[in-house]
Amino acid sequence: MSASRTLDRRASVAQLLRHRGESLLVSGLGGPTSDAYGVGDHPLTFYLWGAMGGAAMVGLGIALAQPTRRVIVLTGDGEMLMGMGSLATIGVKKPANLAIVVIDNGLYAETGLQEAHTARGVDLAAVARACGVTAEVVETQAQLDAVEPRLYSAPGPLLVNLKVPSVASILELPARDGPYLRSRFRTALLGPDCHL
Amino acid sequence: MSVPAWPDELFEELVAGDVRQVAYVPDAGHKRLIERSLAAPGIEAVSLTTEEEGVAMLAGAFLGGQRGVLLLQSSGVGNCINMLSLPAECRIPMLMIVTMRGEWGEFNPWQITMGQGTQASLEAVGVLVNRVESAADVAPTVRASLALAYNTGRVVAVLLSQKVIGAKMFKKGDTK
Repeated sequence: MSASRTLDRRASVAQLLRHRGESLLVSGLGGPTSDAYGVGDHPLTFYLWGAMGGAAMVGLGIALAQPTRRVIVLTGDGEMLMGMGSLATIGVKKPANLAIVVIDNGLYAETGLQEAHTARGVDLAAVARACGVTAEVVETQAQLDAVEPRLYSAPGPLLVNLKVPSVASILELPARDGPYLRSRFRTALLGPDCHL
Repeated sequence: MSVPAWPDELFEELVAGDVRQVAYVPDAGHKRLIERSLAAPGIEAVSLTTEEEGVAMLAGAFLGGQRGVLLLQSSGVGNCINMLSLPAECRIPMLMIVTMRGEWGEFNPWQITMGQGTQASLEAVGVLVNRVESAADVAPTVRASLALAYNTGRVVAVLLSQKVIGAKMFKKGDTK
């Protein structure tokens, strides 16, 4: 169990993304998509509004297609629990350019604050390590400061288990039109000719 | 028993179609295709723990500028259903190549439910389905299905009948 969950969620995400530059970001449904948009929209952000469990694997597909670009996945503990097998797949494939940030509030916040396994002893960082993924637990400001540059420079696959208070986050609503989000991302990454 | 030609012909269609990511959950019917994919220098072959991982991965492949194919058995189609909302809603193309069980001369009754439900399940979530009943039709159907998927931004599934791959038989004492 986390000794304390004192880091401010939105401020922590904002810090981790403030120097994202041209890295490619995938955000998982619910809170993480809300956080990614809340700290600043970007054409190289692909917001998921569904497909629960899939965020890390979307990140893997992008990372394999774009091996010279850093790919960041911002997801929640609930989604990571649903896609726990993907940590094994990623650990075996070992994409050096992929980092996953799991915003871990121990809750299914969107659906009424039900406790997740992560609030009952399941340790996602330990799962990741057992799968061959480097993992860091971030519970303090000092740990957040230390992990921020490593999110972009440490050899992947890397998982950052960001422990945040067990409360719902402030809702922010980015665009949810799938073809728009798809084409916006591809145009920014691949150029306008990708649609021809 | 002679080695069938269709798996190699199928693989050549994937190469010709610029497929760069092959995600798979192993199936006996895909054995040759998986071996060819793993050996191909320009292809990333990714073994999955469950089939829906591949749907999400291939959505990422397209976002990143590459084409991808998911190899799975009909039983795995059921695992993909909600994840298929991602390519459906975002009009992201991908090809699924499904080896069928639960039809023709099936031995294992536990394959019937999902095998018989495969096409209806895929069509219920907007996947376009092309069924192949003979070995000679495999390569042309894969070629056409890749074109259909990437010309129109759709998920297309090719169902390879047990008439093509052979009904899997079990005998006591087999080591497989």
